[in-house]
Amino acid sequence: MLALVVITIVKLLVLFAFTMTCVAYGTLAERKVCGHIQDRIGPCYCGPRGLLQPLADGLKLFFKEDITPSEVDKPVFILAPVLAVAPPLLAIGVIPFGESITLFGHKIPLVVADVNVAVLYLFAVASFSVYSIVLGGWASNSKYPLLGGLRSAAQMISYELVLGLSIMGVIMLAGSFSLTDIVHAQKHWWFVLTQPLGFLIYIVAATAELNRLPFDLPEAESELVGGYHTEYSSMKFAMFFLGEYANMVVASAVGACLFLGGWNPPFAFLSFIPGIIWFLIKLFFIFFTLLWIRWSWPRLRYDQLMTFSWKYLLPLSLLNIVATAGVMLWMHRI
Amino acid sequence: MDEIRGLVVTEEGLVEQDLMRDTLTKEMWVNMGPQHPSTHGVLRVVLALEGERIVDTEIYIGYLHRGFEKFAESKTYPQFLPITDRLDYISAHAMNYGYVLAVEKLMGIEVPLRAKYIRTLMAELTRISSHLLWLATHALDIGAMTVFLYCFREREMILDLFEMVCGARLTTSYFRIGGVANDLPDGFIEKCREFCNIFPQKAKDYDDLILKNRIWLARTINVANISGEEGLNLGLSGPSIRGSGVKWDIRVSEPYGVYDKVEWEMAVEDGCDVYARYLVRLKEMRESCKICQQCLDFLEKDDSGEFRAKVPKVIKPPEGEAYACVEAPKGELGFYIVSDGSTKPYRLKIRAPSFANLMSLPKMVEGALVADVIAAIGSIDVVLGEVDR
Repeated sequence: MLALVVITIVKLLVLFAFTMTCVAYGTLAERKVCGHIQDRIGPCYCGPRGLLQPLADGLKLFFKEDITPSEVDKPVFILAPVLAVAPPLLAIGVIPFGESITLFGHKIPLVVADVNVAVLYLFAVASFSVYSIVLGGWASNSKYPLLGGLRSAAQMISYELVLGLSIMGVIMLAGSFSLTDIVHAQKHWWFVLTQPLGFLIYIVAATAELNRLPFDLPEAESELVGGYHTEYSSMKFAMFFLGEYANMVVASAVGACLFLGGWNPPFAFLSFIPGIIWFLIKLFFIFFTLLWIRWSWPRLRYDQLMTFSWKYLLPLSLLNIVATAGVMLWMHRI
Repeated sequence: MDEIRGLVVTEEGLVEQDLMRDTLTKEMWVNMGPQHPSTHGVLRVVLALEGERIVDTEIYIGYLHRGFEKFAESKTYPQFLPITDRLDYISAHAMNYGYVLAVEKLMGIEVPLRAKYIRTLMAELTRISSHLLWLATHALDIGAMTVFLYCFREREMILDLFEMVCGARLTTSYFRIGGVANDLPDGFIEKCREFCNIFPQKAKDYDDLILKNRIWLARTINVANISGEEGLNLGLSGPSIRGSGVKWDIRVSEPYGVYDKVEWEMAVEDGCDVYARYLVRLKEMRESCKICQQCLDFLEKDDSGEFRAKVPKVIKPPEGEAYACVEAPKGELGFYIVSDGSTKPYRLKIRAPSFANLMSLPKMVEGALVADVIAAIGSIDVVLGEVDR
């Protein structure tokens, strides 16, 4: 029992450190990738090749004056950034990073909590993110944040539906809500091959859920100045960013688990490389794709975004479910 | 708010009533600017919004007013030239051009051919650099940030050329009454040629990113429409009116410089929307590049070295008045000068294209969404230095 507690605490700490490092270097990766896409080199003064840039950013934000405008709804104003960081940190706990390893005679699964309804849990927790934006926008008591908050409420609710439906095909094929089972089911065929449409819809909907370009309407700086975080400064502002990048890590990890075979190597002869490495490669691949999209595309308009979700993505994902079910029935009969 | 009828549970059971009965909605007034990332300076647009839809638009200008027209009355003619740089500060050569043309017309000065070619070359390079800055910021407003940096990469090359010619990059003051300040420096023609040769390839980068991008098309096609007739009535000019199918370009209708000696095509599109104005400017950049090439061909062969006409030391135009206009990157730029025979203008009036173009904005965004205002402001390409003067 004691061993279990100790192991879980160690795992939690390692995972927390991992996520935070990912977030910190996610910001650096964003700036580096963006720099290279735009024919620049990105940050390069802090440390070798700019590797200490996240530290410098963090320090700067930490020492900035924390301004709370006089007209804001104070408790909610403070609560909103906290809500931005909490959901991704809660979500990362159910993601399996690899198969179990044996250390000191204990068999340790590389997941903090192997819940049998992990997917449901993930979506339940992820839907909390919208509160941080809506509350942040509302509590600021200012016009641009309010518009940003309103936009995001509509956007995130519509895309959450699509996001949920896009992965139903995977769940039907794997026959389980447990992420570990889903990864096991992809031993031979990754679901990206059997569910290509599902994967595409997942990526699109995840980008929208993450409020990233081309769907970054809640914070469209050319229209709404800063969107929902216009009135925030210092660490409160940083919390929103921590939340955004942590969400990106989670979305990439979930994508890797559901569609890219989790820790499974692409070919059997490559299985000498540990599963966790494969998992991280896939995670960062999706992460990179998100960055890539952001720096290549313009932004959609609010009404176009909603039309896109309700008129195209939703019917498509429903079609995907029906088609998957049909094929499964047909295969079963044979 | 419209009535929405529905069933409501009350004490008497289910009753059909207006669901919006107790809901009070009113327009929200939003100040866009004077400090706003997409108003390109200190433009202030006050929007009345119903949700995200625009009910009313009001434009407030004057935050950058420096009283140039009055200022001109206390400056001698050559002294006012550097002030014109500060009108549309990203296309200083074109501003100079309009002013010197007006003064030359007043005094009846004939400018040597070489000077004309140099002026045309500079004006066209300016047009490219101005359109590059426009494309950069316009794309940035619509969310495509990468285009921004690509455009600045090429604009930098043009600014380097300006620096070679006159030492300044932005407020150049290179033109003089009767010609230009000095002849082209050694090595300029080669460097300019190099730019003109690689520019079309570089311009392809921008096209690859946005020309056929579905999101770009969705954001620009059928957005901020204005018909040619409405545009003309509101004084719209330049690329903005040519995007509405009006074939009007000062370079063709009242040729100045050497525009009647070089071969080029006027860019006109019939779309009337943001996308059409975008296409017009894209084509103009390429046409300008062609004109530059032809100017360079002439300047390479020509060895007359006459870069300025013989002009009296003290500029003292005879009594009278003159209006001269040029096709500045933003539209028709006109200078109207009244002279009383002294060394200073009696009255000077500037017809600034951005100022007139801006007046079409409320018409363009009638009933549009907030995001469309940004696209519309971008598409008419205003520079506040010129609007407020």
